[in-house]
Amino acid sequence: MDKFKKVDGVAAPLPILNVDTDMIIPKQFLKTIKRTGLGKNLFDEMRFTIDGDEIADFVLNKPQYRNAQILVAGDNFGCGSSREHAPWAIADFGIKVIISTSFADIFYNNCFKNGILPIKLSQGDVDKLMEDAERGANATVSVDLETQEIKGPDGGTIKFDVDAFRKHCLLEGLDDVGLTLQKEEKITAFESKRGAEQPWL
Amino acid sequence: MARTMYDKIWDAHLVDEQEDGTCLLYIDRHLVHEVTSPQAFEGLRLSGRQVRAPGKTLAVADHNVPTEGRANGIADEESRIQVETLEKNAKDFGVEYLEMMDIRQGVVHIVGPEQGFTLPGTTIVCGDSHTSTHGAFGALAHGIGTSEVEHVLATQTLIQTKAKNMKIEVNGTLPDHVTAKDIILAVIGEIGTAGGTGYVMEYTGEAIAALSMEGRMTVCNMSIEGGARAGLIAPDEKTFEYLKGRPRSPKGADWDAAVAYWKTLPTDEGAHFDKVVTLDASNLPPLLTWGTSPENVVSIEGVVPDPSKIEDAAMRTSVERALAYMGLEANTKMTDIKIDRAFIGSCTNGRIEDIREVAKIVKGKKVSDHVSAMVVPGSGLVKEQAEQEGLDKILIEAGFDWREPGCSMCLAMNADKLSEGERCASTSNRNFEGRQGRGGRTHLVSPEMAAAAAIAGHFVDVRKV
Repeated sequence: MDKFKKVDGVAAPLPILNVDTDMIIPKQFLKTIKRTGLGKNLFDEMRFTIDGDEIADFVLNKPQYRNAQILVAGDNFGCGSSREHAPWAIADFGIKVIISTSFADIFYNNCFKNGILPIKLSQGDVDKLMEDAERGANATVSVDLETQEIKGPDGGTIKFDVDAFRKHCLLEGLDDVGLTLQKEEKITAFESKRGAEQPWL
Repeated sequence: MARTMYDKIWDAHLVDEQEDGTCLLYIDRHLVHEVTSPQAFEGLRLSGRQVRAPGKTLAVADHNVPTEGRANGIADEESRIQVETLEKNAKDFGVEYLEMMDIRQGVVHIVGPEQGFTLPGTTIVCGDSHTSTHGAFGALAHGIGTSEVEHVLATQTLIQTKAKNMKIEVNGTLPDHVTAKDIILAVIGEIGTAGGTGYVMEYTGEAIAALSMEGRMTVCNMSIEGGARAGLIAPDEKTFEYLKGRPRSPKGADWDAAVAYWKTLPTDEGAHFDKVVTLDASNLPPLLTWGTSPENVVSIEGVVPDPSKIEDAAMRTSVERALAYMGLEANTKMTDIKIDRAFIGSCTNGRIEDIREVAKIVKGKKVSDHVSAMVVPGSGLVKEQAEQEGLDKILIEAGFDWREPGCSMCLAMNADKLSEGERCASTSNRNFEGRQGRGGRTHLVSPEMAAAAAIAGHFVDVRKV
């Protein structure tokens, strides 16, 4: 996984509540056996007509947001299906940061495995950033994971929280499996103990 | 210290805890299906890793499989490749695979319990959010992403931080024709789709204790629609009776030892819950959804909500958007809404008890002329059982399609889907935009309500049928 660096970019506003992972990447694109190439189908049914034409007023089709790297969204972003195709599609499109008041648990977790930083903020802070995002390409936002700060176009700073371990893994681009395998002795010891206590498992 | 059932299962699976609270949790059971696993196996290959515990892993294809003409294989090329990829991966890595023509094949969350793969006190994961279903047995079970599927395959553990405890107490006795599905819809309507975020929900109370294992699975299945990754119900004699003699259940002395352990799992008296929600089952009407979120719940006696009466601007916009998508006018009586399709099946309501209830409602009647209705059993074993009981004949005579097992139109990855604008009474779990097909309109209901609507051609109060 690439190391997460500071992101300076355009923020796209998506003021919809409960954006679910079916919206983010509809099921017809889950038939792939690869992780790559899903960005073109991100938000497919909101972004394109049934004939494949762009829907002009969808935010990511507007010229000023086509290269957005940050998404500011409504409450409970990423609810529903556990499909990791959702963060794969988001990352492949080029979005690296998602800001909302709340995220669904599985989606939130999946983001960190794919170099995406989901940031939870208060309603007031999200409202402010949503307004900033509405201003388009003239209003870039800067997100610094190291210092846990967001700088808006008007110079204001918003601090955010992130779990220390997840932050470390994102900054260093660490592979979870590799980290866990360093604890293999503990896993083996656990397995022998458990095998003796609960032989039916 | 008094502990909840979640605390106990968590403690019993803790392999390591870092100073920052990040934990490594041991995973006893891993279910694998074709959609969320190919990239995980590819990851293993790329890094030269093996599956650590193939015997604790079980693979079955369910999302993409056709529900008719199965003997001819899978017509859709991408679907076929995905299923073949699972079969190859299972073979290469030594994992048991239940192939499409195997009688044990079915929706992964129906297969696990049927096989006795699902056991109380275990940790169970699957790359599928409805893994919460298995919580009905007192197992800590939840959905994971594909990166985590790879992590579990390689290490048999998961990196986790502990969730909070929520208790959902459902008191009273359910009225006739009001079901487990109505309980969980009521819970989601009450707490909202984000209400359980960050929690594991334990369902308690006499209405939960009175449910069959099938009903308990329906309740736990939709915990995720309430935002909770996992739901739990304490194991009891019903649980043990269901599991006894299943192919993978413990046998002989192991069975006795297992039951003795399982009896220690229920939450201790006085254990702390961070949040408690109480519900009275005796007042519940049959429920259904009107919108595009599972929290959009209304009584069958109710009407479509009126956005002009909602003060909060974001909520008003959200309701307006949902009504536009659903093609509904504010204040329409729910019983005046006509349907085009009825879907009975899925990991929520595709079990034998669900099919029995549907058969009772439709026996000797005919599906309305303008409705196309299908029943998709949750597994080959459910299908066989239903056929032994003659339920298939009742359903077919009433005009239902009787299909082969799979996820089918719950998420419409196979050929079973709604066309643009079609309205469906569905026993599945999600009514999201496009979930059952682009432009399709889903109303979530119990199997009895779906059956009654299929006959009437519109939603009806099943208590009055």
